[in-house]
Amino acid sequence: MDKIIIESLSLQYSDGTESLRDISLGIREKAVTVLFGPAGGGKSSLLRCLNRLNDLTEVQTVSGRILLDGENILDPKTDTITLRRKVGMVFARPVVLPFSIRGNLVYGLEVMGEKRRSRLDEAVERSLRQAALWDEVKDRLDDPAVALSGGQQQRLCLARSLALEPEVILLDEPTSGLDPISTGKVEASLLELKKQYTIILVPHSVQQAARTADFAAFFLQGELIEYGDGKELFTNPQDQRTEEYITGRFG
Amino acid sequence: MESNLNWREFVITRAIKASGYSAILFVALIFYFLLKEAVPTLTEVPLGDLLAVRWYPIEDYFGLLPLLTGSLVVTLGATLIAVPFGIGTAVFIAEIAPRWMREILKPLVELLGGLPSVVLGFLGILVLAPWLRNLLDLPTGLTALAGSLLLGGIAVPTVVSVAEDALDAVPRAYREGAWAIGATRWQTIWRVTLPAAKSGVLTAIMLGVGRAIGETMTVMMVTGNAPVLATRLGSIFSPVRTMTATIAAEMGEVANGSVHYHVLFFIGITLFLISLVVNVTASSVVFKAKKRSERVLS
Amino acid sequence: MKRTFSLNRHLVQRLGFGLITLIALGTVIPIVMVVIYIAVEGGPAISWEFITGFPREGMRQGGILPAIIGTFYLTLGTAVFSVPLGVAAAIYLSEYAQDNWLTRLIRIAIINLAGIPSVVYGLFGLGLFVLFLRFGTSILSASLTLSIMTLPVIISTAEESLRSVPQAFRTVSISLGATRWQTIRRIVLPEALPGIITGVILGLERAAGETAPILFTGAAFFLPRLPGSPFDATMALPYHLFVISTQVPEMPFQIQYGTALVLIAFVLGMNLVATVIRSRARARRQW
Repeated sequence: MDKIIIESLSLQYSDGTESLRDISLGIREKAVTVLFGPAGGGKSSLLRCLNRLNDLTEVQTVSGRILLDGENILDPKTDTITLRRKVGMVFARPVVLPFSIRGNLVYGLEVMGEKRRSRLDEAVERSLRQAALWDEVKDRLDDPAVALSGGQQQRLCLARSLALEPEVILLDEPTSGLDPISTGKVEASLLELKKQYTIILVPHSVQQAARTADFAAFFLQGELIEYGDGKELFTNPQDQRTEEYITGRFG
Repeated sequence: MESNLNWREFVITRAIKASGYSAILFVALIFYFLLKEAVPTLTEVPLGDLLAVRWYPIEDYFGLLPLLTGSLVVTLGATLIAVPFGIGTAVFIAEIAPRWMREILKPLVELLGGLPSVVLGFLGILVLAPWLRNLLDLPTGLTALAGSLLLGGIAVPTVVSVAEDALDAVPRAYREGAWAIGATRWQTIWRVTLPAAKSGVLTAIMLGVGRAIGETMTVMMVTGNAPVLATRLGSIFSPVRTMTATIAAEMGEVANGSVHYHVLFFIGITLFLISLVVNVTASSVVFKAKKRSERVLS
Repeated sequence: MKRTFSLNRHLVQRLGFGLITLIALGTVIPIVMVVIYIAVEGGPAISWEFITGFPREGMRQGGILPAIIGTFYLTLGTAVFSVPLGVAAAIYLSEYAQDNWLTRLIRIAIINLAGIPSVVYGLFGLGLFVLFLRFGTSILSASLTLSIMTLPVIISTAEESLRSVPQAFRTVSISLGATRWQTIRRIVLPEALPGIITGVILGLERAAGETAPILFTGAAFFLPRLPGSPFDATMALPYHLFVISTQVPEMPFQIQYGTALVLIAFVLGMNLVATVIRSRARARRQW
């Protein structure tokens, strides 16, 4: 069952650079879909289309459709606030907001208007457990979040998205700045999370792509080269460019 | 609740945008209200009379030349003081002083910028003018010179802070490049850093001059307030009257709507236009320089 | 040969540095001297009666309470108008404005407002507030005039402070479903607050020390009582100093210096508060 269907999506930035060319892709529900390929291939741009974060940057033209549960989110009438609560995002660099750990986690709920302490507390614990951070921080929820280590900060960012109970989680090279142990923890969380959520991951290496992908899509210079089952694609790529990239001949 | 949120967001966004545009509205309002009261001058006083050398409003002499030259002399004097002291201090702070000294000097110079001009005028009357009179053996110390000295002091903080920013913005690599080929720090300052910061330094001078032309209380208190044509070199040692001081001194005593009243607004709009030209030119110099450096870097 | 050459270069440098140092000292020493001189000459005048009493004997005796209170009211009145407007304008420029001709026009307008001579603000205030809007010579007219004069200082420092808040905070907040205004109110404004407060105080400091803009809009030569409403004229410290140093013959020097001391204490006190807030915020900043 496809959670998201992308139909002939093209995107051009206002400085004239083309970022995505005629992408069509279905994203399976409750699975990890990996978008990989060399830098500048359009992976992040695609990710930012899925929660309309591209609205903030200078985008010239977007064409095509992105259907989330059957509704086109590129429609100008789409309520982007509701969309972003449904589609959470974790960025490459952990950006903790200048609040306490708890303050970071409840931020999204508070701006939604949730004031009930019990609901907020419940969301804090649930999301921290899902991000495998609960045991490390449960005794210091009111400490400033910047005091956490880099790996903990990134897991806090993941938990912050989860606190909103999204349906889709976008991860843009979430482990690029982390040590192997923290990376392992994040990847382990993803395995748990995919039982509940639709996950779209831009990995920071081909190895990570191969480790985590249920489905994989290879992007090169704004084009979708190949898409398929993860195991299949990494062991038996159909396109020569995909094979050259995963065997390390370029990229 | 959701629609309530949207509604509030809408109102706040509108209010913020309106505030953003308000600066334009205020400039337009200022221009309009000055113009409204200044325009009758052109029908009430013949142009030739405005360009005459006698300012004696009680007998309807509205010659603006003494006031213009008065402002000119005082501002020129102030510039001659503010430029070397302002740029020199900026160079000292940006290039020579150790870090701890910077931390003391910058707030001190800012402090001078914060001193009310009326305080400087007050000290001008009680301390500077008598001292000048004795030193130079003048009939009175309340002269263009006293005004220039104090105005120079008032313009210095502006020059220092803008020029120091400009020097600070010169990339370190320029300096290191000069040192690498054997230039001394002194040579680097003169041949590399200052030329690279040229447009910023120019802006600093222009803004300082703008500040001096517009200053009112200090000049009114210390220049002796004599509206005589200042054309000779010696004028600097005699009393003068500036445009700003004329407005401040006489506006309180004129009848609303009289010729004198209109002429004072005419002087006001002249000052407004001078400041407009000076400031817009100064800021466009900075703007161009920024663009150039962006081109170089990209 | 080479040796003397380099000796010369270093001699030139030493002389040059010496000259520049002298110039810097020539700038700074008079500033310090002015403040010390006024403190020494005015110090003896300061007494409880001077601060809390009314002027007597044609202002040649007694205190300066009405002028102190008047300057306080004017500063407060200026804050009421200029702070919300200035901060909102800064938010517009930093968070909403796009790079187009309108924004450039706004910036030119702000630069222009900053450069208009203070006495011209006085004329404008007379024309618009005192006469056209019929507010009369009053605290209200004077505060409004000072507000517009203060706006550019507040706008430019507040904008700089808002811009220094990392862009990533905004992106994250938006991605969590916050609206633009929620992002500003909950994250950007609190982070920029120390810088904004500093700018506000510096702007108000300038307003508190100004004389020319209030000359024809709200300043009174002498008032036997305190102003009772925003529509009353008021005495003010800078104008009072102007009056007693130029308009009143045989004025005791001590009262003049005492008034000058109270004025610069008022203004420099504000300056000090702004400096402390700024340096504390810098030390505490986490990004």
